[in-house]
Amino acid sequence: MKKVLGIWALISIALAIASPCSFAQGSQDWFKTGTGLGVQKVKLAVPEFKSESPLEQLFHQVLTDDLTYSGIVDMVSPSFYPVNIPSVPNELNAAQWSQAPANAMMVAFGNLTASGTSLSLAGYLYDVRQTPAQSVLAKIYNADATENGARLLAHEFADDIISRLSSGVPGIAQTKIAFVSNRSGHKEIWEMDYDGANQQQLTHLGTISLTPRWSPDDSHIAFTCFEAYRKIVSAQICMYSMLTNRLIAFPRLPGTNSSPAWSPDGNQLAFMASLQGDPEVYVTDSFGRHMHRLTYTTGVSTSPTWNPKTGNQIIFVSDRDGLPDLFEMNADGSNTTKIPLSAATGVAAADLPATGYVVDPAWSPNGELLAFSWRRPAGNYDIYVMDLAGHQLIELTRDSGENERPSWAPDDRHIVFESTRSGSLQIWSMLADGSEARQLTTAGRNESPNWSWH
Amino acid sequence: MESSTIRRNLVLFGTFVALALAGACKKKVAPAPPPPAPAQPAPAQPTVTLSASSTTIQTGQSTTLSWTSTNATDLDLEPGVGKVAAQGSTNVSPSETATYTITATGPGGSATANVQITVSAPPPVQEQPAPNVADLFNQNVKDAFFDFNKSDLRADARDALQKDAEFLRSYPQVSVTIEGHCDERGSEEYNLGLGQRRADSAKQYLVSLGISADRLHTMSWGKEHPFCSEHNEDCWQQNRRAHFVMIQQQ
Repeated sequence: MKKVLGIWALISIALAIASPCSFAQGSQDWFKTGTGLGVQKVKLAVPEFKSESPLEQLFHQVLTDDLTYSGIVDMVSPSFYPVNIPSVPNELNAAQWSQAPANAMMVAFGNLTASGTSLSLAGYLYDVRQTPAQSVLAKIYNADATENGARLLAHEFADDIISRLSSGVPGIAQTKIAFVSNRSGHKEIWEMDYDGANQQQLTHLGTISLTPRWSPDDSHIAFTCFEAYRKIVSAQICMYSMLTNRLIAFPRLPGTNSSPAWSPDGNQLAFMASLQGDPEVYVTDSFGRHMHRLTYTTGVSTSPTWNPKTGNQIIFVSDRDGLPDLFEMNADGSNTTKIPLSAATGVAAADLPATGYVVDPAWSPNGELLAFSWRRPAGNYDIYVMDLAGHQLIELTRDSGENERPSWAPDDRHIVFESTRSGSLQIWSMLADGSEARQLTTAGRNESPNWSWH
Repeated sequence: MESSTIRRNLVLFGTFVALALAGACKKKVAPAPPPPAPAQPAPAQPTVTLSASSTTIQTGQSTTLSWTSTNATDLDLEPGVGKVAAQGSTNVSPSETATYTITATGPGGSATANVQITVSAPPPVQEQPAPNVADLFNQNVKDAFFDFNKSDLRADARDALQKDAEFLRSYPQVSVTIEGHCDERGSEEYNLGLGQRRADSAKQYLVSLGISADRLHTMSWGKEHPFCSEHNEDCWQQNRRAHFVMIQQQ
């Protein structure tokens, strides 16, 4: 997974060998491509953990979900498991797991012990393709004997397993997602675990709060709020501290100020401001000082996203040519070029939307991929990913409501987005090939998700 | 009474005659007494009438008092009017119920006449909306509407803004916030910018018509505050606008 460009080469292989089930159903003339197709995933068995604690069921469910949605393993069906479930390494019979019908390559197992107010996990990952089985991971984890403690143990163990199985790319089971929800009656900023658990309201402004963005150290969330500048209410940049759980001061400006984006070093914010007339992209330091302007073209320039790898480029939305489209510039505002979607390959030209109305650029943490949403002539939005070097394009959503505002997980493998596919606007996550979509929110209308950096 | 006076005079006269005869014996007989003077006619009694054009008025209104008189040398109308001519009229505006009395005096005596003027409180004043700038603003100031994804002014938007400029010229104390709005289609973030452009287009046109930029504040709600929530073009058109909100004077 380190060499993402290698994946794009694999796509063509995947297309060539695509099995009938990778085609969409019905009469659709498009088919799904994916970064995972053609790659042999680790077949992993995760039997139940020996435990007296009622928390084991929750622990095991969360662990199984974390691994299932990681996108890098194939989970062995529990119905193929052998009768004897190990709880410690010397109970593991490698052959029973590696042979049919289980055909597992790896087994994650262990035991969970509640003692007083603490919960302790002995977690093991063994490679059963060889005899005797080889230890890949053996670790003791401790947490509170609570539901959240059981979740934490599952997430920690899952992240360690995923890191071992993907050459050190960390798992995302302990990451957070900030988002906007109206369930309190107003659009406020909320956060939740990456799997939708522990949803909690952060702001209580009672107005309209939009576009949360985690700072690179996850200590602050910059967002768009509606506050007064000289008694005139307008969109402003607000800053919420996750350390003190309150808003901290940020300068107020006339007109519309929105869509903050952090530079990867956390020292700068790019955002749209209209204090000189047209809404343009400006940059300040993280306290809103030393403001300077980056874009100078008639029209709207907004939705900046920094190259998270280098901090040297910014991709943004501009309607300078008519409909909103994507542009890239250096972080000092020089050398602006249009992202050439018309030259993209990987999706048949007939399947591309009419040029224009491309919004919501999101730069992958490794700096190589760009996710965005593209409005189809019929009005629907769908999410696409393009590799910035080769302009290979893949479409991640299709015929499933309106899908907008992608945001990358720190592992470059997952995308969180908003979708109306369930009948209301909700937050979903998926793998960056469009598979494994799962709904994370259900209460109220939820939108504008942003994945934490760690 | 009169006849008794005459009789007494006759007695006195007879006595005088008798004394004269006794003292001037054989003198000429005195001439016959003159006939008694004819009785003088007594002066006539004065008369007076007083009337009002209306005897019931509301506070602040007036009524006309009119009078006529005979045999009067002096007419006094009270309260508050004083000496008046033998006949005439005058307006009075009593603040509360009052009885006007006119007194006519003449050689033959005097006479009076009264008229009562009842003063009632006015009916509760119909709340005449004092010239309310906010109402006039709402009646006269119209929003400007836009095409999809556009912020340039259509002809109908210019017409509306020209009327808005007239109002703003007539009420120089009024400042406004021009709010940019967008329909539900399209990105929330981009629409915040597009709404700002719509508000600024309206502002720039008003400035070109002579309205001071200091009175025109702009902001954008993007698609966050739609006027209409249905999913059709009629509704979307309602939501693509520059909306005028009056800023209340401090």
